[in-house]
Amino acid sequence: MTVQQISVFLENKPGGLAEFTKVLSENNINMRAMCIAETPDFGILRIIVDDVYNTMCTMKEAGYICSATKVLAVEIPDKPGSLLNTLTVLGENEINLEYSYAFVTSKKDVAYMIFRVNDNEKAAEALTKNGIKLVGQDEISKL
Amino acid sequence: MEHYYQPEIECASREEILKLQNERLVKQVKHVYDNVPYYRKKMEEKGVTPEDIRSVDDLHKLPFLTKDDLRDAYPYGLVAVPVKDCVRIQSTSGTTGRRVVAFYTQHDIDLWDECCARAIMAAGGTNEDVVHVSYGYGLFTGGPGLNGGSHKVGSLTLPMSSGNTDRQIQFMVDLGSTILCCTPSYAAYLGESINERGLKDKIKLKAGIFGAEAWTEEMRRDIEKSLGIKAYDIYGLTEISGPGVSFECSEQTGMHINEDHFIAEIINPKTGEVLPEGEKGELVFTSITKEAFPLLRYRTRDICVLTRKKCSCGRTHVKMTKPMGRSDDMLIVKGVNVFPSQIETVLLNKGYAANYQIIVDRINNSDTLEVQVEMTPEMFSDSVSEVSGKEKELVNALKSMLGIYAKVKLVAPKSIARSEGKAVRIIDKRNLYQ
Repeated sequence: MTVQQISVFLENKPGGLAEFTKVLSENNINMRAMCIAETPDFGILRIIVDDVYNTMCTMKEAGYICSATKVLAVEIPDKPGSLLNTLTVLGENEINLEYSYAFVTSKKDVAYMIFRVNDNEKAAEALTKNGIKLVGQDEISKL
Repeated sequence: MEHYYQPEIECASREEILKLQNERLVKQVKHVYDNVPYYRKKMEEKGVTPEDIRSVDDLHKLPFLTKDDLRDAYPYGLVAVPVKDCVRIQSTSGTTGRRVVAFYTQHDIDLWDECCARAIMAAGGTNEDVVHVSYGYGLFTGGPGLNGGSHKVGSLTLPMSSGNTDRQIQFMVDLGSTILCCTPSYAAYLGESINERGLKDKIKLKAGIFGAEAWTEEMRRDIEKSLGIKAYDIYGLTEISGPGVSFECSEQTGMHINEDHFIAEIINPKTGEVLPEGEKGELVFTSITKEAFPLLRYRTRDICVLTRKKCSCGRTHVKMTKPMGRSDDMLIVKGVNVFPSQIETVLLNKGYAANYQIIVDRINNSDTLEVQVEMTPEMFSDSVSEVSGKEKELVNALKSMLGIYAKVKLVAPKSIARSEGKAVRIIDKRNLYQ
């Protein structure tokens, strides 16, 4: 079970991100989570949205370079130690984590982690087997 | 006191020089016609025979050679002697199409060295000097040219080559270098480095011979001040021999062309018509003494002015101004010839769109080259290391094509300014041609 993350190329210049979010706003797109990986010249913006198809179409139309990547979304208890538990499972199964970011919603007592790993299938299997809850695209959209 | 390497030639009367040029030109045209089928064909197409060329006045009858001819005839098509008689090649950077490979017999190298010796002596050099050559050695003509000239003068020659500034300065201090030969931007950089280290009192430099890239009078004053020297300009191109085709004297108001070896003309770059003295146009050279690679009426693409005004140094050879621009799109960055088409080739080979912009600047007297490339969906991914890896691949490919480092900047699609639908390819912020 995976969710689609949209990655967008952004030049590193003042107002670049504002311009981007303006496009989202005008098209009524809501972000669930966002993170930016930056280099001195450019950034890669990664977002989880409520409507992937609509967002991809909007981005392309607005002239942004973007791509969709399957990532894992995990719901964990919002308390100390629960991330450690998840990461231990990944580590013990020799799954390499490329990057990760977290978000919370209005849903009480839980937090969400996005994991980009080298092997989605293997990771999903290991996490499920250890009782860790994966979240699918539909659920993300409804959050 | 003015020093000359060959005063009898450098200060010869106009009549004597013309006589020499006439004799040599007639002989050279015959040599080329007999031994270079490529040029013979061009002459035949124009209906010119060697008999039609009896003096310099007939020069305009000969067909031009351009870089395109060098490409068509690459590598041996313009060589006028058996390859077994050649002892060396020199070359510029670039693709097969843009790379110049010039051949030399020992006689050609001797003449080239003599031209450089004249330049060194015009800068005040004698056999008591220590000549510090920080031009690159190897295929580039800068190092070998000044090195050979310094040998002819009998100076102690330090074949430093470029780079490793700490070692350069140490040799300068320890061995008492008196004449520095390098690109003006490297001279400026050395000046700064020496002053930063507080070593200005420890160096004995008195003069510098700087060429292979355009520089302004302002830059000259900066270098002269920071190194405490007189800075002289030198000009040349691999096609014609290398540095020393022309050089500055003590008057510092233009470069004397070695007219006993090279006949200079100024033409209208659009029509090819020869322009009178004093008019601005494209510089054309005819090599009248070279054996292996004797180019006749080679178009340099450099725009300048020739003048025969009497020079206070005593030399009688015609003077050219610093190049004031180019009649093609070639850039000179860090002394290296760069054509936008080379950059385009790399981009296309690597699967990028040919939508790019070249930004050249001079920061702290050192040239910088940046290539802005519009991002494409094919090269994008969610991973920074993947995108950076592709960027690095492009940097390496450009380095191996151009011979110098170019920074690659990935920019948003359609962000490169277009004028009338065509991208503006080059932004040169250096303002070198005034």
